[in-house]
Parts: sequence; structure tokens; C-alpha cells
Amino acid sequence: MSAEPDGPEDRLRRFATIWSRAVFPVTSTSLTRPELEEQLLPLARRLSEALRARTFEADEARAVGAALIAVHCTDPEALSRTLDCVDAYLVLYCGGDGAQDQLRTRASRLQHAMAAGFATALRERTLAEQEAISSAALKAQGVVAQALHATEARFRAVFEGAAIGIGIADLEGNILQVNRAMVRMFGGAEQTVRTRNVLEWTHPEDAPQVWRLYEELVRGEREHYHVEKAFYRPDGTVLWTNLTVSLLRDADGNPQYQLALMEDTTERRLLNLRLRYEATHDALTGLPNRTLFFERLEKALTASDGQRFGLCYLDLDGFKTINDSLGHAAGDRLLVEVADRLQSCATAPGEMVARLGGDEFVALTTGPDTEREVDELAMRIMNALVAPVSVEGRELTVRGSIGIVEGPAGERSAAEVLRSADITMYRAKSAGGNRFEMADAEADARAITRHGLTTSLPTALDRGEFFIEYQPLVHLGDGSVRGAEALVRWLHPQHGVLGPDRFIPLAEHTGLIVPLGRWVLEQSVRQAREWRERYGVTGAGGPLRINVNLSPCQLTHPGLVQDTVDILERAGVEPDALCLEVTESALIGADDDLLKPLRRLAEMGVDIALDDFGTGYSNLANLRRLPVSILKLDRSFTQSMQRFPADSVDLKIVEGIVSLAHGLNLSVTVEGVETGAQAEQLRILGCDTAQGWYYARPGPPERLHELTLVDATG
Amino acid sequence: MERPAWAPRNIDISVPSVSRIYDFYLGGSHNFEVDREAARKAMEFLPGLPKIMQANRAFMRRAVRFAVAEGITQFLDIGSGIPTFGNVHEVAQEASPGAHVVYVDHDPVAVAHSQAVLKGKTGTDVVAADFRKPQEILAASQVRRLIDLNRPVALLLVAILHFVEDTDDPYEAVAELRDALAPGSLLILTHASYEGIPLPPEQTEGTVGVYKDIRNPLIMRSRDEIARFFEGYDMVEPGLVAMPHWRPDTAPEDEDPYAFSGFAGVGRTA
Repeated sequence: MSAEPDGPEDRLRRFATIWSRAVFPVTSTSLTRPELEEQLLPLARRLSEALRARTFEADEARAVGAALIAVHCTDPEALSRTLDCVDAYLVLYCGGDGAQDQLRTRASRLQHAMAAGFATALRERTLAEQEAISSAALKAQGVVAQALHATEARFRAVFEGAAIGIGIADLEGNILQVNRAMVRMFGGAEQTVRTRNVLEWTHPEDAPQVWRLYEELVRGEREHYHVEKAFYRPDGTVLWTNLTVSLLRDADGNPQYQLALMEDTTERRLLNLRLRYEATHDALTGLPNRTLFFERLEKALTASDGQRFGLCYLDLDGFKTINDSLGHAAGDRLLVEVADRLQSCATAPGEMVARLGGDEFVALTTGPDTEREVDELAMRIMNALVAPVSVEGRELTVRGSIGIVEGPAGERSAAEVLRSADITMYRAKSAGGNRFEMADAEADARAITRHGLTTSLPTALDRGEFFIEYQPLVHLGDGSVRGAEALVRWLHPQHGVLGPDRFIPLAEHTGLIVPLGRWVLEQSVRQAREWRERYGVTGAGGPLRINVNLSPCQLTHPGLVQDTVDILERAGVEPDALCLEVTESALIGADDDLLKPLRRLAEMGVDIALDDFGTGYSNLANLRRLPVSILKLDRSFTQSMQRFPADSVDLKIVEGIVSLAHGLNLSVTVEGVETGAQAEQLRILGCDTAQGWYYARPGPPERLHELTLVDATG
Repeated sequence: MERPAWAPRNIDISVPSVSRIYDFYLGGSHNFEVDREAARKAMEFLPGLPKIMQANRAFMRRAVRFAVAEGITQFLDIGSGIPTFGNVHEVAQEASPGAHVVYVDHDPVAVAHSQAVLKGKTGTDVVAADFRKPQEILAASQVRRLIDLNRPVALLLVAILHFVEDTDDPYEAVAELRDALAPGSLLILTHASYEGIPLPPEQTEGTVGVYKDIRNPLIMRSRDEIARFFEGYDMVEPGLVAMPHWRPDTAPEDEDPYAFSGFAGVGRTA
């Protein structure tokens, strides 16, 4: 806007410039001074007009005062400078040619009204802004509170719903809050937990550091600790826990509360104790087992000078017979009774009885006087066995053989002591049983022990110490050789030739039976092939066949079928050249899983013979279910026929079995044929094949060659 | 301390707020006695504090207008505080009526007040978020609604970075924001510094102490340290300078001596 120099418009602008220069330094506006001047110019115009108006208009001046607030001249100093400016320059620049006195009076009144207008507007603005910021604070607080409430609700849910016990107490130990899980651990009554003080929660089994850690924590010297701790529940039972206690501090870091997290380990602890008990005790008799016995023996053997030990190693005489004839259940009951009696023999401190397995028991005594005590202990044991044991209404006489080892601690290992005891027990047994023997170093060295055999068994196979003898199987009808039973022997470097009864049970026990059995099968099948090559597939009267014994352990071995197939295929021999003999007792109560491999072998053409038939108590109806094609009558049936005349009842029994077998399409083989009369008798009774000394003793494979020659020429 | 009757219950007004102190310096009444007490204490050491704030506002106003002249119509103002006269949306929309402005602050009271002030104002919104978590800011629904990150944005970090300690890694946060911006975006920044204050640093330290006492430490940085925030930006003329020297509308000589405290600058992303 152009203005005539020194005209009214130019003078008005000069007033506005002066005004803006005066207030600009005390405003907080982000406008520049020239911009502020533009804002003030209309206000200056209104003042100028009000100055010269015919009547005084206070409202106009008030409005100008208020407008200063609108352009953010809120500092009181801005008002002061404005009024100074109006006082000094308004009349000068905007008064025109009016009466100076009147103008000055009017200017003064305008200033009063401007001040009032400024104050009113500032007060209103201040109140409005205070109200705005308060409501913003209130709203923000609401948002914060809502968020807090949500967080708190979430934490409360976690606290209440946690499976772990949570409790909060102050530093004096007063319990302030506990969750449901913790109440449950203590038996379910919240009051009884809440009203307690942490310090009352002592338990005799508290580890020594438990309360020291607690004191450190509440003193603020420790942030947390972790212990295993027991508590008494209100009902007196014990609660075992994994306890973690943490110190909670306030915002300034001062200790404020203690927080306990606890996990109920009562069940787990009981389970551990039970597992430990089960791991160290015999399930049948409840006596300590081999593990616990060895622990005690080791302890006794490493005891301080002057301490001695005495050990009685007991094996029941003829237990196997009882087990075989009366069954395992009866055998077990007998063992339980024997265990009870032994237990009552060793009640003094330092004495213990354990079951090592089967019918083997040990009694241990320790202390300085075991030389005398161990004899007495052995005597007590022998006496305890004198009274017959009543099992299933039968009175069974129990006898035992005891090997005694006694000596000072610190000389021998537990294994050496047990070996010596074992050897000594066998000496007692060989001497007729029902007695005890003292260990003797010389006798130990000589003894053929199960230990010795067991340890040399694995290398014996590698060293080729086993060999096989063959006993021919002869057809009773025409006397022709139909095959042979393979019988394994051990040519022991020290003890000479040992029969299968000496080492097969040991091989079964150690698992060596599987490789040994495989070796026997391989050798026998190879022999069968040789015979077949030499004499043709059939002998004079039928196919030549090799009979091989299978032990119970081999029966359950998962590789049985595959191994057998492999061996037959490698040798190039038809399955019908092989007959596997399985004892009747091994199949008593056999389930389908056990029979499956036999069935598969039978389906392939391998014959299965039921060995020692008539000694067990097999269910005859069960025969139908078994995949057998041959019954081998136990030698006990043929023994009675050696007398003349033969026992007529036995004859009837054999006749019955043969008739039953034939009815089921099974052939019958008899063992132990020693005389021609016997053979004739068995032939008349309908038996199919026989083996025994009458024909040939077990011998090298060449002997079969001689027999078949005889057979062929005879 | 007396709790004024008009103050809401259950809110801790015993803790001063940086944004309400700022409002007080600018002559506003959006503040409580604790805020004013802290402000007055700080002014004992630095009487010209209000002038520094006023220079900040004036620079911001010039920079926003510059941005609009550059064709930018989207503004992201982080650390916006209590809205007062001359807000970014007022300046921007006066120059470009369709401009979009999103304010960001972590003070719930400032956010609540902003919501009240912005109610019914199209093209504006406010986010409650923290500068130290840039991804939360960028992912906020208000930002996604009003700001198209494929087009240039003016990012305002006015008088905020001197409240972020090095342990919170302000350089990393600034870089993360930069990486989210389209080419041609602007960074509008001011920062406090001992440099340019017409007083010996020993005296200024008293103010720093006041902010430390209210648990909102004021971090004075050197010019070089402040320049590092512009890494990845080309400086717009005249570069990083005292506020009155940045594209002034009036002669800088006329400005209050305190207005020259600290630095201001605008950078453009390549």
C-alpha cells in the first residue's frame, strides 16, 4: 500500500513500525518482525480511529488489547511496552489536528480499556489452555490406566493360573500373597498358608545353607537362591520342593519383597527312592540284589585295617529239578520261602543276605570277628534249610551247598572273592551237596569253574576248540541209516573234552549261544551236503537228514530264520536235509510270537522235532498248534524196556503216545536204545526211528560212512 | 507440592515434562507448576531460553515453507510436543491446502492434547510412539494412511535429538528413518549445542543439570556430531548453521543473541 509521504496513512504505518519494534523482542511468536507489524497495522488503525471518534468507544480499545493475545503477545511486558508506545506516539502520529488536551485524555482512556481487554483475553486463554492440558492429562491417564489394567489383569491370570507355586512375602517373612498352586501344594487351605511366617517353615532335613541364604537375601546381599527344601504340610505330611527365592527391589533399588517360586517334587522324590530300591533289590524275594551286594562287599573289602569279612555262597541242590517238574511258579514260591529263612539268619549289624540270581544266594558278615562268625552263619543257614518247605501242598526237602570265603579286608577284589566262593560252593556240591566247604587257594586253582569256562568260552570259538560228533538215526522198520544228530563238544586245553551239559548253559547265559549255535548249524549243514554228495539225496531207505539242537535262547533270537536260510543257501542244501530239535520245555506256554520263526522254517521244509518229549507237562492238545513233525521220546521211556519183561504200563504209555503221534501225522523217534530187545520192542510199538549205543555212539562223521556201508550190505 | 484443583487425579504431575516446559517458554499455559518450576530454574542459568525456542519455531516455519516450495506435501514431525501457535500443519496447509501432516510424540499427555487440537482437521493425525523405535513409527496406521513413502516426505526432527542419549543410538534411528524415505525427501533438524550460546559453557551447564534432574537429560553435541545426522543427505544451502542464518526473511543482525545457540539444517535424500 503506497502512502503519501507524511500523509495520515504513512504516519499510521510509522506508528505500527514503532509499536512492532517495541513488542517484538518480548513476544514468542514465530512470525518475523515485519510480519508482526502487518498484524499490528489494523490494530493501529482501529486505535487511530478510536482516538479521533466523536465518542469514546471503550469496546474498540478492549478489542485491540484482546487482539494482542491473539497474535501471541502474551507476555505482560508486551502490554507494558504497547501502552508506553500508545502513550508516547499515538497522539503524535495519529492525532491529526485535533485538540491536544482532548486527544491526550482520549488516549489515556484508550490505554485503560486496552489493558482491561488484554487482561481479560489473557485470563481466558490461560484458563482455556489449562483446561485443555488438564483434560489431555486426564485422557492420557485414562489410556495409561486402561493399559495398566490390562497388563495387571494379565499378570494376575498368570499368577493365579501358574502350575508352579508362587508366593510373595515381606522382608520380615510375613506372607502377603500366594497363588492357587502353592495353596494346593500345602493341602488346599489358603488361610493356613497365608497366616504363616516364612521363618516358621523349618524342617529337620533343611540343608545347612538354606537359612544362611535366606538371611543374605533379606539383608539385600543376594539377589536369589535355589535350594531343595522340605516343608511340613498342616496335616503333618511332608512336601518336597525345588525352591527359588528372589529379592524384589523398589524403584530406588531398596529391598522390598521376597518372591518364592516352588515346584512340588514330592512324587518325583518318592519315585527316585523307589527306583533306587528297585534297582538294588530282587523283585521276587525283596532281598538286596547283586548290585547292592557288590556295593556292600566292595565297602567291606576296602574297610580299614583290622576289619574282616566272611561270605557264604549258597546254591540250592536240585533246584532245577523242582523247577522243571513242578513249574516255575512253584520254584518261585520255594525261593521266596528260602529267602525269608535266610533273612532271619543274618540279622546282626554288619550282616546281609542277597539273591544273586536263580537259586544262588549270598550271606555277608563284616567286622573284626568274622573267622568265627562266618562258620556260625553257615551253620544257621544249613539249619534254616532243614525243615521241609510246603509248596502247593507238597513238602519239599531243600538242601544247599555253601562255599565260604573269609579273610581280612584290603587284600582281594570283590570279583576274586566271589570267584573263590563259587569254586568252593561247587566243591561242596561235587562232594554230594548239603554241606559247606571253606575256600582253599589250591583247590581254587584246580577247579573247573563256571567262571573259568565262562571267561574262556568266547575265545574258544575263535580258537576252534569246538568240534561236532554225530550219532546216527536208524529206521526201525528196515534198519537203514536215515541221518544223524549233531552233538557239540569242547576240547578244552586244560580240562579235555567237555560235553554240552557243561558249557551250553553258560553259553546261554552269556549270549555266546547265538554265534556258537550258528557255527554248529554251519558245520552240520556242510556235513549233510557232503553226505548227500557221497550217498545221494536219499539213503538206502529215505532222505538223509541232519538233526541240530536249538537252545531256548536261539529260539528267541531275531536272526534265527534268516541265519538258517543263509546257511542252507550257502551250502546249497535243501531245507528238507535239516531237522531242528527243540525241547518240549522250551515250548511250554509258547505264544505265537515264539512259534512264528519255527512255523516259517517248517513251511520252508525244515523238520522240527520236539525233543525230550514226555518230561515236561505239555498240554497234549497243544501239539496240534506246534509246527512239529517229529516227537523224540525221552530216554526215560526206553530205560524201563531194558529189563525183561518190560513194564507193561510203560509199554502202554509208549503205545499210546505213538498212536497219538501218528494220529497227528507226527513220526516218533526214540533215544537211548541200548539193546536189540529194546529195539525190537519199540519197532513193535510202532516207533519210526531210533538212536542209541545199540547202533552207534556219537562219533566223527566218517563213522556214518561205515554204518551206511554196513546198512547197504546188510 | 500442592496439587491444583483442576489437575486430574491419579496422574503424576510431580514429574516435569519436556514438552510442557517448551510450551511455557513459548508463552503457553499448557503446563503445570512443576513444569514452570523446572523452566524457571533452567532460565536462571540461560535467561534467553525462550528466544532459543522462538528461533526454533521460526526456523521450522521457514523450513516447512521451503519444503512446500520444493513440492513436498507430506510432513512427519517427530517429537512434536504440545501443539501451540504456528504448528506444522498450520504453516504447511497455509502454503499448500492439501498437505498431510503426522505428528509423533511419546508423551501421552502431548498426544492426547494433539488429538484434541487436531480433531476435525483433515490431513492431520498424531501417533503415540517413540523416536527410538522408528519401525513402530513407520508401521503406525496413521502414518500409513496419510503418508505415501514412495513420494518425498519432509521429516522434522526439531529440538528432539538433544534429548536422545548416545546409548539409545540416535544415529541408527535417524538412518533407519532415512532408509524408509523416497528420494527427494527432506530432513529438517535443529539441535542444541554449547556452540553459539552467548554465555560461558560453565553457566550453560546449569541448564543441562536441570534437565538431568528431571530425568530428561539434555545432550549437547558439537557441530561435527550434529552434522553426522545428515549422513546420506545432501545439505541444502546454506548447510548446517545457526538458526537465524538459515534462509532468513529478515536481517540476522536484528535477532536476539540467544537465537544463535545450536544448529539448524535441512538435508535432501539423493
